[in-house]
Amino acid sequence: MKVIVPVKRVPDTAGDKKIDEASRTVDRESVEAVLNPVDEFSIEEALRIKEGGTDAEIKVLMIGPESAQPIVRKALSYGLDAAVQVIDDAIEGSDALGTARVIAKALEAEEFDLVIFGNQSTDARTCLVPAAVGELLNLPALTYARHLEIDGDKVTVHREHEEGWDVVESTLPAIVSVVEAINEPRYPSFKGIMAAKSKPLDVKSLSDLGVSADEVGSGNASATMYEFAPRPPKEAGTIVTDEGDGAGATALADWMAEKKFI
Amino acid sequence: MSEILVLIDHSDSRPRKVSLQMLNAARRIAAATGDDVSAVWLGDGAATNAALLGANGASKLYAWESDDAKGYVTSPQVEAIEQIMEQAGADTVLFASTNHTKDVAARLGIRTDGGVITDCTDLEVADGEIVATKEVFGGDMITKSKVAAGKKKYFGIASNAFPVEGSGGGPAEVVSVDVTLSDDAKKATVVAVEKQASADRPDIAEAAIVVAGGRGLGNEDGFNLMEELADELGAGVGASRAATDAGWYPHRYQIGQTGRTISPTLYIGSGISGAIQHRAGMQTSQNIVAINKDPEAPIFQIADFGVVGDLYKVVPKLIEELRTRKG
Repeated sequence: MKVIVPVKRVPDTAGDKKIDEASRTVDRESVEAVLNPVDEFSIEEALRIKEGGTDAEIKVLMIGPESAQPIVRKALSYGLDAAVQVIDDAIEGSDALGTARVIAKALEAEEFDLVIFGNQSTDARTCLVPAAVGELLNLPALTYARHLEIDGDKVTVHREHEEGWDVVESTLPAIVSVVEAINEPRYPSFKGIMAAKSKPLDVKSLSDLGVSADEVGSGNASATMYEFAPRPPKEAGTIVTDEGDGAGATALADWMAEKKFI
Repeated sequence: MSEILVLIDHSDSRPRKVSLQMLNAARRIAAATGDDVSAVWLGDGAATNAALLGANGASKLYAWESDDAKGYVTSPQVEAIEQIMEQAGADTVLFASTNHTKDVAARLGIRTDGGVITDCTDLEVADGEIVATKEVFGGDMITKSKVAAGKKKYFGIASNAFPVEGSGGGPAEVVSVDVTLSDDAKKATVVAVEKQASADRPDIAEAAIVVAGGRGLGNEDGFNLMEELADELGAGVGASRAATDAGWYPHRYQIGQTGRTISPTLYIGSGISGAIQHRAGMQTSQNIVAINKDPEAPIFQIADFGVVGDLYKVVPKLIEELRTRKG
């Protein structure tokens, strides 16, 4: 079985972000970059399929500049077998659907039975890419998986929603995205970190994939962010201390009454 | 004149609150563009809601009530909406920015070469174009976005971004549609639906008040106290990532960057320090209350009212106060 895990480089949420005025995106060099935290869960799920007795080859796929290569190696360090990275300046500034087009073309160039995404990246949080890739490849997308089972050529997923989950299934090949409830990711081992340095990494350009530069990038995005402003600072509120005598709770109840919540 | 379509999000044959909020958003746009507002209902229960949807601004209600609408994953909704857009000559669709509906929008965006903007907290019309406000990077940045000219437009609307305001309109005209699904739309089937949520407690996206608990609760039982406070206020219950990761409360109630984004009138966080990953999911709440024993917790920086103290002393006393004041 062949499994592909697409991953993304994202700015560390806790870091300070600067907007690059020219490209109208986050200046990704200005803030520490990390592996999208949700991708740790898709990597873990892929590893568990392999460790569960299914003969599987797991590849990581990244769309991103050369400077994102440490993140590819980081993904490999969990124990994945090989990597594909699509590097092309023209991709810069693509929106979610543009990114999905590149991922779909990169997947078409590979053999796979299952693609496992994290359900979202922590920077843009659109959640659009897995289903968009499904549409482009005419494949089912079983998204928001909190539970995943493979049985022969059948995949079953517990697809999380606001009130619980739907049990959904399809035959392979299929696209899946996972939520953090699905597993508890491991840490890369020292051995894994060392081995990642020499795992095969296949670098491709847009022309290798048959994607024209006028299909991607900020200039061809179907949706564009064109104005950014930092959130205005909030006025300081009232802070009281409760020494265990209930005074704080009473003050809070008074405030809630004043605001007509009670 | 065209129609702006609003995909009604519904549960148990009733529209969710966000659907009425979206109708209001669509009406505001329509007032500037001269369009009509139409609702789209896929699945059971359309006809019984024609009056309610009409009173909130829908002139027409496109209804596809076939079991096929819910028997397969995502694609039936995609094909139905695509057909209704053609029938109505519509190029703008508003949808609730929830997990499953984002998939519908993503597929429609690809199929119709359109643009999708999710999690919009405001929509306005400027120079004839619809401009969406959304927050990115943990809510640190507030951005304006638009869909490229001439493309089909799909806007995911955040819960509680707009108020519910009746239009005084009569019942919506029900237009039944018949959709024949392609074989491709039937590739992934829904074999069971597991509803876990308490029927007596509102969902955190819908609730006017949300009570949230975090690491400071110390254990799973702390959520009994959160639920007791919530039920006193008719509130929903949410959790920080630390609490859902620890298994103290289900993941679907996680508020924050990798969970859900809520915007209630009142948020009450107990034992939550307020790291940016959590703030990303709640800082648009109209009023924020924080209860935490650490006076340096970052949540106090965004709190309208903060209590520094032991939540296990403060919350029971607060519940007692609420009961006394209610009489």
